[in-house]
Amino acid sequence: MACVPGPVQSIERAAAILRLLARGSGRLGVSEIAASLGLARATAHGILRTLQGVGFVEQDEETGKYQLGAALLHLGTSYLDVNELRSRAINWADALAARSGEAVRIGTPLDGRVLVVHHVFRPDDTLQALEVGALLPAHATALGKVLLAFDAGAAAALQETGLEPFCRRTITQHRELGRALAEIREMGWASEVEEFTVGEAAVAAPIRGQGGLVVGAMGISGAIERLCDPRGRPKPTLVTYVRDAARAVSRDLGASRW
Amino acid sequence: MMVERYVMSIDQGTTSTRCILFDHGGRLVSVTQREHKQHFPRPGWVEHDAMEIWRNLERIAPEALEHAGATPDQVAALGIANQRETSVLWDRHTGRPVGRAVVWQDTRTDSLVSELNARPDADMVRERCGLPIATYFSASRVRWLLDNTPGLRERAERGDVLFGTMESWLIWNLTGGPGGGLHITDVTNASRTLLMNLTTLAWDDDLLAFFGVPRAMLPEIRPSTETYARASRVLPGVRIAAALGDQQAALFGQTCFAPGEAKCTYGTGSFLLLNTGTEPVRSTHGLLTTVGYQIADEPAVYALEGSIAITGALVQWFRDGLGLIASAPEIETLARTVEDNGGCYIVPAFSGLFAPYWRSEARGIIVGLTSYITKGHLARAVLEATGWQTREVVDAMNADSGLALKALKVDGGMTADNLLMQFISDVLDVPVIRPMAAETVSLGAAYAAGLAVGYWADLEGLRRNWHRAAQWLPGMDPVRRDTEYDNWRRAVERTFDWIKPGGR
Repeated sequence: MACVPGPVQSIERAAAILRLLARGSGRLGVSEIAASLGLARATAHGILRTLQGVGFVEQDEETGKYQLGAALLHLGTSYLDVNELRSRAINWADALAARSGEAVRIGTPLDGRVLVVHHVFRPDDTLQALEVGALLPAHATALGKVLLAFDAGAAAALQETGLEPFCRRTITQHRELGRALAEIREMGWASEVEEFTVGEAAVAAPIRGQGGLVVGAMGISGAIERLCDPRGRPKPTLVTYVRDAARAVSRDLGASRW
Repeated sequence: MMVERYVMSIDQGTTSTRCILFDHGGRLVSVTQREHKQHFPRPGWVEHDAMEIWRNLERIAPEALEHAGATPDQVAALGIANQRETSVLWDRHTGRPVGRAVVWQDTRTDSLVSELNARPDADMVRERCGLPIATYFSASRVRWLLDNTPGLRERAERGDVLFGTMESWLIWNLTGGPGGGLHITDVTNASRTLLMNLTTLAWDDDLLAFFGVPRAMLPEIRPSTETYARASRVLPGVRIAAALGDQQAALFGQTCFAPGEAKCTYGTGSFLLLNTGTEPVRSTHGLLTTVGYQIADEPAVYALEGSIAITGALVQWFRDGLGLIASAPEIETLARTVEDNGGCYIVPAFSGLFAPYWRSEARGIIVGLTSYITKGHLARAVLEATGWQTREVVDAMNADSGLALKALKVDGGMTADNLLMQFISDVLDVPVIRPMAAETVSLGAAYAAGLAVGYWADLEGLRRNWHRAAQWLPGMDPVRRDTEYDNWRRAVERTFDWIKPGGR
């Protein structure tokens, strides 16, 4: 390992700014911060703006001074409220349902399972029931596999438990699940073909927040003959719709690269 | 390669301006949005900077095109929906607004309104225009501005100063501003001024005289869908083909084209509109008679409206005024930390009460406080206030129309709140249905504009785009419903007569 890069200077400086704000009165102007740390004003301002963007510092509207942000206090808990996620995603979930002609669901992780936080009916005006609040198994659903694939901690926790079979095609071996998750990370989306319900298939993609952190999964589900080609693989156009919608939500949440 | 064409809508709302591109299936292609500052210079006063709103539009419209990788020549038409009744006056020669726009929630004209209501000829107003004299509508604000700005009345009489609601201001600017801007409004917006005759759909001389508003400052009244002009700025060459008040746009977006069809839009305030066909229906239960829409030279379609001033605005106050939540959707998270309201009720009569009471002297209260009450209970009470206010308006609508509502079609930002939607279904005891496009205000403006230029062929085609996206079914014990409703009504009574006549 000869080419491990050295410390990243801007992160060191950001850490110094946070330490400075954590001291004493805790409210400082940009010039005071720049002077204290021996930084150019523009440099300090750039770092403060970034820290403000991720919620680690807040700026007082009246005085323009900076202080530590509320997000720092909640680092351990989910930083995006699920009701806020629904609110931010609702337009794109509607558009995905309209485009694909299928039901749309958004899921977030909850105690090793998937909590359905939003559900849009399949647009055929048949009788359907709202599934918001339902819990789905992570290993047997496209939404759950996306959440596992991008959260190493959750995937590791699942190792401790047995993988319950729901259908003949449910993944029940940890080794096989590990391979499937690696493939999902590679492709950027997951599918579920008769793994949870016979005759049903699903496609899901990750919703990312700032810095690329996966905060949820969004996907469509429906009859296998509509979602899959004759060889049982999800139709590429539907996969594209799902990925585009998840990307649009991610963009709204501030994930710049996706 | 085929040129893909879109319809653009601009929703100039109370808190923000948004621009959305829709495709032929009525599906959202790109969205841009910018909030504008709310000015509260004194208690009861609410103002917007019209120039800031125009600059926001200048910015977000090209951005929306950019996000979709589109150019102005791919936009078949532009439709505008706007916050209603908010009034702006501006100088025809410089294009500068005269002071800030006075927003629909502003209650500065309450003593003027009491004076006007006391006049012997006051009954004539409601007969002619379908509205009660209230601070909510434009005419009293225009009169107030003319009375309180030195020299303004003379300039208005000469036609040097123009009046408009937000769509007039935006269309005038889009079509050149001081260099030949088109000064028009549409029938739905005009029907909210107190100055338009509901039958002739023209400015009424007696109403103008009653309110003391000079005709020279008023825009020309046009149908809601018609190609008014091509934009010369921001979106050069794009046809401006529709304008509707936001609530009427939502009625259109929900495809409530037949008499008896109704929708409720949950935003800053909430507004239930019922299509009553080509005849205006007079309310005896505190609802407004208003124009729903007018397609080109066809007869106008009327609506009965139940207006609720404060719903989403109460959540915003909970966030910004009290700081109990960081973002509006978190109200649901907080409300779910408790099982019920704990006996606490909030009546948000911030700018008086609108339908069905029309009490401008009422002010908000929180009742039932005990040391048991937590912020979770308050969050419940905030959401329940929207539910009960809807119930009161639905009761009035049922009484006026003689029909019982069978299901409520809903839209707007608050429909993302599942707890609230379930509560509304519970207290109304009917299913609540959200269509696949929650952005029905924008969609309605787009539909109206697209219809005007032939992008969509007819109303039936638009109807086929409507699909159910979610449905909540009632599940509340009837005894509990009645008890809670009774508590709510007792809470409402306690808001009355707070502001004393003449005093502040």
